[in-house]
Amino acid sequence: MKPGMTRRLLACAAVVAGLVGASVAPAAAATLKMAWAQDATGLDPHKQTAFSSIRLLELVYEPLVRLNGDLKVVPALATEWTFAPDAKTLTFKLDPKAKFHNGQPVTSADVKASFTRILDQATGAAARANYASIASIDTPDDRTVVFNLSQPDVPLLTAMGSVNAAIVPASEIAAGKIGTAAIGSGPFKLESWEPNSREVLKANSEWAGGKVGVDGIDIKVLPDENAILAALRAKQVDFALLNDPLVATLVPRVAGLTLNRKPVLSYHVLQLNPSRKPMTELAVRQAISCAIDRKDILDTALLGEGEITGPLTMPQYRSDPNTLFCYSRDLAKARKLMADAGYADGFSATVIAATGEPPTAAAEAQVIQSQLKDIGIKLDIKLMELNVYVDTWLKGDFDMAVALNGGRADPYSMYNRYWTKAGNLQKVANYIDDTLDDLMQKGRVETDPAKRKEIFAAFDRHLAEVSPWIWLYTGYAYTAQQQNVQGFVPTPDGSLFGLAKVTLK
Amino acid sequence: MTYLLRRLITFPLVMLGVSVLVFVAIRLVPGDSITAMLGTEAGLLTPEQKQALAAYFGLDHSWPVQYGRWLLGVLSADLGLSVTYGKPVLDVILERFPLTLQLACLSMLIAIGIGLPLGVFAATRKERGSDLAVRIFAMIGQSTPSFVIGLMIIYVLSAGFGVLPAMGQFIPFSEDPLGNLGQLILPSLTLGLSFTASVTRISRSAMLDVLSDDYVRTARSKGATRRRVIWRHALPNALIPVVTLSGVEFGYLLGGAVLVEQIFALPGLGRMVLDAILQRDYALVQGSVLFVALNFMIVNLLVDLAYVMLDPRIRLGGRS
Repeated sequence: MKPGMTRRLLACAAVVAGLVGASVAPAAAATLKMAWAQDATGLDPHKQTAFSSIRLLELVYEPLVRLNGDLKVVPALATEWTFAPDAKTLTFKLDPKAKFHNGQPVTSADVKASFTRILDQATGAAARANYASIASIDTPDDRTVVFNLSQPDVPLLTAMGSVNAAIVPASEIAAGKIGTAAIGSGPFKLESWEPNSREVLKANSEWAGGKVGVDGIDIKVLPDENAILAALRAKQVDFALLNDPLVATLVPRVAGLTLNRKPVLSYHVLQLNPSRKPMTELAVRQAISCAIDRKDILDTALLGEGEITGPLTMPQYRSDPNTLFCYSRDLAKARKLMADAGYADGFSATVIAATGEPPTAAAEAQVIQSQLKDIGIKLDIKLMELNVYVDTWLKGDFDMAVALNGGRADPYSMYNRYWTKAGNLQKVANYIDDTLDDLMQKGRVETDPAKRKEIFAAFDRHLAEVSPWIWLYTGYAYTAQQQNVQGFVPTPDGSLFGLAKVTLK
Repeated sequence: MTYLLRRLITFPLVMLGVSVLVFVAIRLVPGDSITAMLGTEAGLLTPEQKQALAAYFGLDHSWPVQYGRWLLGVLSADLGLSVTYGKPVLDVILERFPLTLQLACLSMLIAIGIGLPLGVFAATRKERGSDLAVRIFAMIGQSTPSFVIGLMIIYVLSAGFGVLPAMGQFIPFSEDPLGNLGQLILPSLTLGLSFTASVTRISRSAMLDVLSDDYVRTARSKGATRRRVIWRHALPNALIPVVTLSGVEFGYLLGGAVLVEQIFALPGLGRMVLDAILQRDYALVQGSVLFVALNFMIVNLLVDLAYVMLDPRIRLGGRS
């Protein structure tokens, strides 16, 4: 482009932008203008599992309990709850003030209907697996719900803190309208939703949880995170959700913007496939673990934006990584292990990664590739579109996989799918031993928090040592905000529920 | 007339071919609507749950049955239901189309308005400094990807001036003309720049061709003014390649401009199709590809009709 042309173009653009600025009237002061890159993909709280959907639905729907910033169980629709000593019955008392957006009170019948829907196979709710121990539900009165369990299930209470266990009106279920109209009991009502474009939320003045701090939230979908940053700079947006650490780390450099960083539960991991040679050999898997320099990957691929972790990522259960097997790189040990297993000359394998999910996946795969070269392992990187990756991953059709897997507040709910004998994702994990299964079952039954901690610490150590996967690190959940936004509390599960108490100055 | 009829008869055949292609292509890609919705959580589904979801997404029949049902619907203008939007596919497309159409028209206006005079100008200054400048501009314009230009504009405006066009939501022209144009001018410029460059290049070379023809020399020797020779005698004959190029480019733009829509967060057809593919919204992908194909054919037909208007010889050839 000629310099003159550039100048003319910019001058033209500036004039236009001035026009635009003048013609867009500022929205009502107490409406929070928000942006995110990925929109929700549906409104059915029981069926949606994508982060992008959960983030929206948590503002509209409520479960019986909720997890706070420290992942402790706190009241939501239920004000109190008790676990029977044998962990086989769980009783909830509902908040008498709780009302749905349509004005109807939230009763025990709605709770029963909601869980019946989740447990019904015809619903197709993936989260059903977390509530499968519920054998029957009693409703002695309008305010009391009793869950009778087929086996002791201590993690059930925490699992109920997910919006996947949201309580919806029994009348809406009967009308078959869940997923089309979003009638919840949460702090915001969904006024309109244009998928992949925008959504408008209005504060629920009758919310039992107290007064909502803003009149509403206007959410825009800006698919490019650089554009979100630009919109923040131009003050078009008060609050934004960011995924890409490369963009998020630029936020603090802009005057007037604040970046909130919260360590999350989801973990970056190099999954090995122990059903494929030579990863069938314990020594080979351990050699890979010893050859990996976690800090180097974190610094290179994620700009150091994270914390090295073992299998358990929740603050209450997290162990000191230095106490885990080979968490500091030891090439000599790695080479000896390879030689012991008969692979002194190394081997070739393919590692799969999804493009853009997480944004750092390709970079991670490349650093891992160069690190494993040091012990003679030749890695071939195969980048795939997310859906193709998921399909391949679910079939367990890989030698190794770079993954970002979701975490949960309770270790049992987080890992029973992979590391129990009956786990739904055993064919992805491809590894199980008696110790792992045994510790998981003990953790499910044990009600004493101190004892649970011991059980899961042993689980954590053992899993890192047998190295079916190489756990790397956890990242941060990022939100960016203008100075006029006050009182947002982030949580480790990345929830935006804190927006209910946010105020605008 | 017979020509037009012959062309119109090929429409349904092409559409049928497109429909089969898109139907099969989207299903050949691994992953389906269920994994698109649930991600790795899809692994937690029991076989019964999987079946229920397959029925919900309309995946529980064989491909020929699915195709047959869809085709029957298409014949009665029912393109099916989009699972992500929960609305008829045609409604979703028509909501997005005005923006795409407007963007395409504005870009074309910019391209023809700037590119054509620039090309003619360069052709008359062959090998002089100004010709070289135009050619360099055209080269840079054509080789700079639109997302680079778009991101540069956004960055300069937001970091340098603290302003930005309204993004995320389309403001229809009928509701707020100024807001609408303000929103679309930057994306149109971004898209129009490379379009302008191509128009400049092609009109320059076409003009050069024509200017060396005998009839131009004849016109000059008969004493016609330079301006009259260029605009009246030479230009109409140089327009055919320009029309061809513009038609093809315009047809592409009607299919949506994914990158520019993505950067400026405009809810146009391109992003809608991309999201539909990523979310494996089969009905929406199929419906919108058909829609885009139809647009493309109509534009092509208009281009052919424009030839006839521009060049009497084609008209005669058509008659004989």
